Amino acid sequence: MSELSPAHLLTILVSAALTDNILLTRFLGMCSFLAISRQMKASLGLGLAVTFVTTITCGINAAIYAWVLKPLGIESLLLIVFIIVVAAFVQFLEMLVERVSLGLYYALGIFLPLITVNCAVLGAALFMVNRNYGVVESTVFGFGSGFGWMLAIVLMAGIRERLKNAQVPPALEGPGITLIIAGIIALGFVGFSGMVQP
Amino acid sequence: MMRTAGQAKKAFVAQLWDDNPVFRQVLGICSSLAVTNLMFNTLLMCLGLIWGTALTSATCSALRNYIPQRVRMIVQVLLASVYVIVVDIVFRARFFDVHQVIGPYVGLIITNCIIMGRAEAFAMKNPVLPSLLDGIGAGLGYSGVLMTVALIREVLGFGTVFGAPLPAREVWWHSWTIMVMPPGAFFVLALIVWAARAHALRRDAARKAKEAKK
Repeated sequence: MSELSPAHLLTILVSAALTDNILLTRFLGMCSFLAISRQMKASLGLGLAVTFVTTITCGINAAIYAWVLKPLGIESLLLIVFIIVVAAFVQFLEMLVERVSLGLYYALGIFLPLITVNCAVLGAALFMVNRNYGVVESTVFGFGSGFGWMLAIVLMAGIRERLKNAQVPPALEGPGITLIIAGIIALGFVGFSGMVQP
Repeated sequence: MMRTAGQAKKAFVAQLWDDNPVFRQVLGICSSLAVTNLMFNTLLMCLGLIWGTALTSATCSALRNYIPQRVRMIVQVLLASVYVIVVDIVFRARFFDVHQVIGPYVGLIITNCIIMGRAEAFAMKNPVLPSLLDGIGAGLGYSGVLMTVALIREVLGFGTVFGAPLPAREVWWHSWTIMVMPPGAFFVLALIVWAARAHALRRDAARKAKEAKK
């Protein structure tokens, strides 16, 4: 089973998180990225939530795709099925967190509804179909993507906290400067390419 | 009826420039920014988005009195995904080669914040026609920005417009690799947002000065 060999899975993980960073090279999840990256704590919380949700939903979606949609020949319904899975899982997670730990619920609560419409979650699921990954590969890919997203938003939050003391031209404040910084971080991440040959 | 028509027109125009979703909140760039290194791909994505936003808004507005408050988000997403599936199938049938490249991004139109944003902020409170126009306006305003980004990136990156080489490009043109790569999109979009905001700030300041004079 070469598909499940640790080396192969590690390649998928590293390339999803670094060389093919879902935020910096594919621009997915930009909306919450621009809005939330103002604060470090919120960024970390959202990042963790996204990583968790992406990992699980990628696994579930890959299983549904391989075992239900493909045998039945209804791949065209994949979009609607995937979004339902994501939305249902987020809803379920919200209820579960509320029951299990109220502290965690208040910390993560406001982010959970945001995740349903976070393009990174659905995006990871669509890319995994595009690359014909199996269930295990998809789960690893989902984790890598989510982790890469978290990495990017935490990096950005760190920079933006320092930026509070800097003088930015008024018209460039907010999204403008964030986009420029994101561009520079993305340039840095280009340096990772060539590290893995997927 | 007159009021509705006026309101519809206002909503349409506001979305094009004053409340342009990209300048104001930098919303919804997720799904398409990645394909802006070629104009044709961008155009397809923009058409898909206009279609999705307009029809989702119209449908949400038509159903607005029947959608329970608690589940409205999921209803909006599902409506959007129905329309996007249509787009996906049409693109696959008509533009197979391009669909191979932009395939995953077409699906991501569903989670484009503009669709949800317009449905939630406008369509749930307004009649069908203004909502439809509001959706088209938001889509067009967004497309304008994205096509500008694509124009800059394609000219600098490939020296072509819609795939057609520019005149005498051997003479003056030199490939900016960065424009083909993802970071280029960030920089170009940042510059456009910067320019638009500077313009808006200046306009507001001028308006204030005028009022102060009075």
